[in-house]
Amino acid sequence: MAWVTWRQHRLALAGVVALFGAAAVYLLVTGLPMHDAYRAVAGCRPTGSDLCNKAVNDFLRTYAPGVGVTFGLLQAIPALIGAFAGAPLLAREFETGTFRYAWTQGFGRARWIVAKLVSLAVAVTIAAAVFSVLVSWYVQPILDAGDSNGPLYPTLFDLSGVALAAWTLAAFAIGVFAGVLIRRVVPAMFATIASWAALAFVTGAFLRAHYLAPVLTTNPNIPTGAWIINQGWFKGGNPAGLDTINQTFAPVDVRAITPNLFQPGPATPANLGDPVQYLIQHGLTQLTTYQPASRFWTFQWIEGGWLLALSLILIAATVWLVRRRAA
Amino acid sequence: MNAVETNGLGKRYGNAWALRECTLAIPAGHVAALVGPNGAGKSTLLNLVVGLAAPSAGIVTVLDGQPAGSAAALDGIAFVAQDAPLYRNLTPSEMLHLTRNLNRRFDEGYAKARLRDLGIPLERKAAKLSGGQQSQLALTLALARRPQLLVLDEPMAMLDPLARHDFMATVMAAIADDGLSVLLSSHVLTELERVADFLVLVSHGSVQVAGAVDDLIASHRVLTGPASEADAYAERQNVVHAQRGEAQAHMLVRIDARTGPVPPGWEAHPVSLEELTLAYLREPSAAWLPGPGALRLEPIEVSN
Repeated sequence: MAWVTWRQHRLALAGVVALFGAAAVYLLVTGLPMHDAYRAVAGCRPTGSDLCNKAVNDFLRTYAPGVGVTFGLLQAIPALIGAFAGAPLLAREFETGTFRYAWTQGFGRARWIVAKLVSLAVAVTIAAAVFSVLVSWYVQPILDAGDSNGPLYPTLFDLSGVALAAWTLAAFAIGVFAGVLIRRVVPAMFATIASWAALAFVTGAFLRAHYLAPVLTTNPNIPTGAWIINQGWFKGGNPAGLDTINQTFAPVDVRAITPNLFQPGPATPANLGDPVQYLIQHGLTQLTTYQPASRFWTFQWIEGGWLLALSLILIAATVWLVRRRAA
Repeated sequence: MNAVETNGLGKRYGNAWALRECTLAIPAGHVAALVGPNGAGKSTLLNLVVGLAAPSAGIVTVLDGQPAGSAAALDGIAFVAQDAPLYRNLTPSEMLHLTRNLNRRFDEGYAKARLRDLGIPLERKAAKLSGGQQSQLALTLALARRPQLLVLDEPMAMLDPLARHDFMATVMAAIADDGLSVLLSSHVLTELERVADFLVLVSHGSVQVAGAVDDLIASHRVLTGPASEADAYAERQNVVHAQRGEAQAHMLVRIDARTGPVPPGWEAHPVSLEELTLAYLREPSAAWLPGPGALRLEPIEVSN
């Protein structure tokens, strides 16, 4: 059966390897100069001096936007694997009628589908796991430089740790399940991409922030790398809008463009200092809820765990449908 | 031993019954032809026999009582589905390897020799083989499994007359060599008449005729006589179907205890399998069904 799986799915497996390979080459080609640049920045002494801080900021300004775009593009990897390796697995058998051949051989259809699903699921998961090690290496200088987006930042979080492997497995499982339900290759591929996108969006936007109760603080100095979920000004226990902030700022001629972005005016005294501290001294409180970067691995295992459970349920449901589904 | 046995078998898709109340026994060692119009339920019955579909009612067993679709049943049955589905991007040599890997028994030597005799290139993708070559390849893969029962769904629908002949020659050679049972369906009876020795006629989702061809031929005859007298004799002669012309009428009659002697002025002829099948198809309420135990006769009507 190993030969059968390999021969019939080597094109899909080659596609998976090519996809990860191309992405890996891109990460290496852009990552090596970035690592070199950061080595120079990290060697700056004395650390914390204005000169060194400027070097770090220049480094982040140069490289962080590109890394952000790269990670945005890499988000598509699990969806592509689900659509091109997962969805056609059974849908093509139905579309071309070859399931009538495959399911009437002595091997039996239950063993046939289990053997295929297990070996392919393991293969794509391992490929993704290896790739995510490279992602972690690639992004390390940006994290070390103290970028405002820490390791929990949504587009980084699901590419690193165990999350990418788990998302890839889940997308593959969604794909085969869509294939056995829809029985047509192209509609199953679209259904896979749509389901994966919905799940990834809901997870990143709503679920993940609540894996553990967020930390609530009035301290305006949030630890480096924290994932800020909510931040807002309060006065006397009520939310303070821009009007309240601007009223507070009126004596020093500072204007709040957003609750976090302040613009000094011509009459602003030179010794005002940090406008955030000014607001706090004048009766406002800044409440921040965040997930500290130290929870990275806890969150990784939580997300990996439920995605693994979901994948196993979808794979079991696929096997069950293949066993009982009539021709 | 029965190659196929069904009892009250039915299959429903949604609210529509594709096959219902099918009770049937096909003894082993026969070439059984499953005939009937398109949409009569032939493919449904075959899918149930090979275990691709699960019954909505009743039971179906194969190879002496094995439940259809069970491991023992799959091991002993080879099935060639309609249009001989093959993996289009695999070559015959890879399909051989695939089939060998998916079965306990596989006679690769036989398969390779057969493909060589047929001139089918081993290293050309299945998509680039002709329809006849694809059918022969699918049949060769099935026969190389050395099955006890070979099931073929409309095996010749896509073939030209020469390819049909070659295809049936392969089947008949395998029967002569291995003594396997064959169940094959077709909506064209003529191509089966030479090879089939057991007939199952399906129409409108139910089995109308089932029996050994020799028994069927021996127990029916055609009476030809004046059309004006046809009605008078219809009741007494156990008529399955009467065809009336201007002057003459042809009646297919069943020979049993109720059948009277040939009336004066009428001629009796032996019936051909094709005439018999057509007569039953035109008379959906008539049936000839020897059940597992006794011969069961349905009431018959004479149409005008």
